[in-house]
Amino acid sequence: MTARGRRWAALAALCAVVGAPVAASAAPPVRVGSKSFTESYLVAELVAQVVEQSGQAPVERKLGLGGTGMVYGALVNGDLDVYPEYTGTIGRAILKDPTVTGVAELRRRLLPLGLTISDPLGFDNTYALAVRRETASRLGLRAISDLRRHPELRASFDPGFLRRDDGWPGLRRHYDLGLADVRSMEHALMYRALSSGGVDVIDVFSTDGQLARFDLVVLADDRHFFPDYAAVLLARASLPERLPQTWAALERRLVGKIDGATMARLNARVDLDGRTFAEAAASFLGASTVDDVGRSHRHLARELARHTLEHVVLVAVSLMVAVAVGVPLGLLAARRRLLGQLELASVGVLQTVPALALLAFMIPLFGIGKVPALVALSLYALLPIVRNTYTGVSTIDPRLVDMAAVMRLRGWQRLAWIELPLASVTIMAGIKTAAVLTVGTATLAAFIGGGGYGTLIVTGLALNDVATILAGAIPAAVMALVIHAVFEGIERLIVPLPLRGRHV
Amino acid sequence: MITLHDVTKTFGSRVVVDHVSLVVAPGTTEILLGSTGCGKSTVLRLILGLLVPDSGEITVDGVPVTATTRDDVLRRIGYVVQEGALYPHLTAAANATLPARADGWTPTRTAERLGLLAEVVGLEPGLLGLYPAQLSGGQRQRVGMMRALMLDPPALILDEPLGALDPISRSELQTQLARIFSELRKTVILVTHDVREAFVLGTTITLLNAGRIVQRGTFADLARRPAAPFVTEFLSAQTPPPEMRMSL
Repeated sequence: MTARGRRWAALAALCAVVGAPVAASAAPPVRVGSKSFTESYLVAELVAQVVEQSGQAPVERKLGLGGTGMVYGALVNGDLDVYPEYTGTIGRAILKDPTVTGVAELRRRLLPLGLTISDPLGFDNTYALAVRRETASRLGLRAISDLRRHPELRASFDPGFLRRDDGWPGLRRHYDLGLADVRSMEHALMYRALSSGGVDVIDVFSTDGQLARFDLVVLADDRHFFPDYAAVLLARASLPERLPQTWAALERRLVGKIDGATMARLNARVDLDGRTFAEAAASFLGASTVDDVGRSHRHLARELARHTLEHVVLVAVSLMVAVAVGVPLGLLAARRRLLGQLELASVGVLQTVPALALLAFMIPLFGIGKVPALVALSLYALLPIVRNTYTGVSTIDPRLVDMAAVMRLRGWQRLAWIELPLASVTIMAGIKTAAVLTVGTATLAAFIGGGGYGTLIVTGLALNDVATILAGAIPAAVMALVIHAVFEGIERLIVPLPLRGRHV
Repeated sequence: MITLHDVTKTFGSRVVVDHVSLVVAPGTTEILLGSTGCGKSTVLRLILGLLVPDSGEITVDGVPVTATTRDDVLRRIGYVVQEGALYPHLTAAANATLPARADGWTPTRTAERLGLLAEVVGLEPGLLGLYPAQLSGGQRQRVGMMRALMLDPPALILDEPLGALDPISRSELQTQLARIFSELRKTVILVTHDVREAFVLGTTITLLNAGRIVQRGTFADLARRPAAPFVTEFLSAQTPPPEMRMSL
């Protein structure tokens, strides 16, 4: 073989080596989503592991999104392929028709939307009433209607349950219950109150991990008051078409396989035993080893570095965009009074939109992930920058402005030599405000899969795990301080010496 | 030469400049004298094109002041206002040379001119590196004067240039301005309400009241042949009482 021939052979071999994994991962990934509470994370993790084991396509996890609106929006938008949902939610929140209940009917109604659902996984997640096992056996309580014979039992309900018509008011009417002592109590405290004997009846979610731990009995909804919240997989119709074997594997291993008690046990494993979602899911699937991707939760130190980088990128990019757009807008507002008032009003209105809602609005336009988060954060950072630029420029001493005109300074000379330097203190103050605000607001990006410290906060909230929440919240606070210091430094570079410290 | 022909300017229903006509000959100093609100500063702003007259015509060296000629007109005028209106973020030197920078002068040419002008207005060159806040009122006004003279315009317009100064720097600068005006042969319009300043600096004096010209002439004309009782009233209001003059 000639030297040249060997070189070509080596190149071909290299191509083969490099090309092989590329070919395997060329199948588009199955993007699995979840909402931000333990059960949703867990079922999504089950789905992800089954897909991985079936080997047809890689998995992309987009877990912990902000709520039904956001996860569903991402699914419709094509940013997700599948996520766990409940039949009641599909009827009420998605199809806006609570009379649709049966799985077949739901599936028929979802078809025109390009969506489909699996058969029920086996558990319901709905409101339920729970009592101590000892109370249940002593009084012979099995169902909610049994409570009618015992009006002396003391009940504590979550404030939401106490008010909602599909909560206590409706339940009492439906069953004609006469409980005399009904109080409002925070959900987190109720289990302890019940087990210590402080109260006798509480409202629970039927798959709550705490049920197993405190040895409670869920009373059967014998007159079918609570709507049907059977867990199913909600997927794009293209998923079963594209990967029929994978979909079949999901149906074979998950559909009808997870009953309420099992789900409660899995929830408890995460919420109470401190296992990761991946570990709990793997234990159900009977896998002895868990791959690295699945293990990612709760390895805080390693996670922190990644989230810090993500957070810095979110803040830096959105701030740069906001400055690049906001300063010219502020200048424009200062030049043209009418346009300016209109502009300041609309930027102000933007600020009154709650940050989470603004993020939700981004989904139909930009899907989920970094891009919509960056757009929303940039918009949110706009107000202080536009307003301060406007104020800084329009409050320059009019005699100094006249003098610039008399000296025949051209537009850009006036801007660069006079207006921007004189307004720099005020403009920098606006940018500093925007920067610190953005560090905080960026924690919400996690709700639409934007990453950053918010991912830890959202996970921590779902797990009711203060350590994880703080692992996101404390670095965010530290970053706000650091960014403030960085901008103090930038201010020294930008603001002319004699103007420093006059306005602050 | 600067001319105003039958110029009128109103703000809402208030007539601020009322049919004013004026011819300022090249190389002379015209004082616009009057109380606060008599319209004298508005006349200056009209000449500079910062305001547009309701009627009448203004010319500078034969060029009518309009939106299209404004740049050409302003090239011929240096402008000085009370307290100098210096840019606080620029050093004295940067303030004074700003018009040259805008015109794209070379650094050498600019530096030469700066040195010369410092001498003309009597500013210590060591002060040129300081910021306005570090200078006295008189020094600031000298820097403002340097800036107005930077491009060597044929005309100067000064709006109460000595208004905010203490009496000593004020009389010092009055003398200096008189010398500068005559040495450089500028066509000057200077607004003031100070009779002594009008006397020291003015070739002719135009006394304004409520937007109208009450009388125009030399100081002697106004003092000896007042056109209206207001003229005498205005001039004598600032005369020191006899006892004071005697003790001086």
